[in-house]
Amino acid sequence: MNVLWALHDGLVVARRNLIKVKRVPDLLVFTTLQPVMFVVLFAYVFGGAIAVKGSNYREFLIAGIFAQTVLFGTTITGAGLADDIQKGIIDRFRSLPMARSAVLIGRTLSDVANNLIVIVVMSLTGLAVGWRIRTGVLDGLAGFALLLVFAYAFSWVMAYVGLLAPSPEVVNNAAFVVLFPLTFVANTFVPLEALPGPLQAVARWNPVSAVTEAARQLFGNLAPGAPAPRGWALQHPVVYTLLWALGLLVLFVPLATRQYGRAVSR
Amino acid sequence: MTDAVIAQGLVKRYGDVVALAGLDLRVPQGTVLGVLGPNGAGKTTAVRILTTLLRPDSGSAQVAGVDVLADPAKVRARIGLSGQYAAVDEHLTGFENLDMVGRLYHLGAKRSRTRARDLLGRFDLDGAANRPVKTYSGGMRRRLDLAGALVADPAVLFLDEPTTGLDPRSRSDMWQIITDLVAGGTSVLLTTQYMEEADRLADSIVVIDHGRVIAQGSADQLKELIGGERIEVVVKNAAHLQQARHLLVGLAGAEPTVDEHTRRLSLPVRDGSASLVEALRRLDAVPIAVSDISLRRPTLDDVFLALTGHNTDPAGEPGLAPAVR
Repeated sequence: MNVLWALHDGLVVARRNLIKVKRVPDLLVFTTLQPVMFVVLFAYVFGGAIAVKGSNYREFLIAGIFAQTVLFGTTITGAGLADDIQKGIIDRFRSLPMARSAVLIGRTLSDVANNLIVIVVMSLTGLAVGWRIRTGVLDGLAGFALLLVFAYAFSWVMAYVGLLAPSPEVVNNAAFVVLFPLTFVANTFVPLEALPGPLQAVARWNPVSAVTEAARQLFGNLAPGAPAPRGWALQHPVVYTLLWALGLLVLFVPLATRQYGRAVSR
Repeated sequence: MTDAVIAQGLVKRYGDVVALAGLDLRVPQGTVLGVLGPNGAGKTTAVRILTTLLRPDSGSAQVAGVDVLADPAKVRARIGLSGQYAAVDEHLTGFENLDMVGRLYHLGAKRSRTRARDLLGRFDLDGAANRPVKTYSGGMRRRLDLAGALVADPAVLFLDEPTTGLDPRSRSDMWQIITDLVAGGTSVLLTTQYMEEADRLADSIVVIDHGRVIAQGSADQLKELIGGERIEVVVKNAAHLQQARHLLVGLAGAEPTVDEHTRRLSLPVRDGSASLVEALRRLDAVPIAVSDISLRRPTLDDVFLALTGHNTDPAGEPGLAPAVR
């Protein structure tokens, strides 16, 4: 009963966030334009310089850009919550007889919707530069689903950050500082073997590497006959990604919900 | 009948800063309590505790018969809150804002829509119902925010400085709306920095400072406390100040205050305009040259000066004497 109401309230709040995307389309334009730019720039600028054994770079690149982009998409939750606190709307929500988690559920769910749109745009760009899903429809969908699930879990981390941050700008800057290394020290843009030793060790256990590896597997973008990657995480990328998603949710859903209860406007 | 709001001994500290130092409040059913105080007196903290947004360090409170600390969810179902900063989403239209609030009160889709339309009509916002709120004026936003607080027909309404920052026209519109609401039987706790607002809207007033009540009573009783209207004279030549005081002291209902620095004489009077005419006549007979003379209604500053000896200016050093008295 309570869970159903929390979900109902979450959907009401998600609808509000999506109306905002419709009214301020610039937001979506820039969140989609950036990955499109990345696909094209990386494909044609670095494409010639980065060699991927047995495959071509564009095929290799797309899953990495997907992973990076859906993670950056989660900053909308953090910045949005910081903005709601600054504007006092959180006070209105908190004075209503609704579930404490509902605003956060609404926020994180609307991130999924945003990410879906972004993934569609990126996939079309990918197709234009020669990327293909070489497995089947189900595997392809599973790849997209895994990216969205991982990003959803990460949205809760951002929700927690957004509730602690004094302003949306701080969330954006903090996210940039954390997400850039997290998505670059990985197999997203270059093969792991190209990284120097210590970074390689980090990248091998970086969940972003796992979600990227899993997406490449599910899309059929790995070079045929390529040797199995080293390390348990990348040998079981789907399981490792799901474990991370679960771990983040277990930790950050209660943390963020508790912080929401304490949030003070201004 | 129980009281709509009872607060006893509310204490809230933020580190070393004491926001509330044992606050007691009571709002009898169907009445308006005006909580009057300067910035930083603890008004908003009190409202946040009573509306379950904040937990006090100690003390107890009941709103609409429900214990605020024991059953906050039940309290939230029975109250409406309209804050100092219009808590509306500026990208949504007026209608979408109220419709969303209705759904979050679990009124259902159909009732939420009907209620949103009713309230927009009642607050004269139907023309702007389908425009995003960011196109609204400050007064319109405040009306929409108040409408949001009324969606579920709450038994108790909390208005935290509902007219702070509004222009005079919007302020008087807001006063009319609140007056109509109260006529409908809603119990209201209203915080304000304006004596005039408390005077106009509240059945009884508590004055708070540094987190505790320093005076309470009706508006008339409070004004009585500080001597009602006062005449203020600024003489041209400081040497005439004592002479002017001597001439006018008979008109004053209480001891006049003299500020040498600004050459100002301030005297509380009973019969304002008649006393003003008489004061001018006496000064003119000498003659004492006057650069300004006026009749002033009591302001919150006057109440504060009278009650605490310090100014309402939160930046002012409480230890400094406000002026030579």
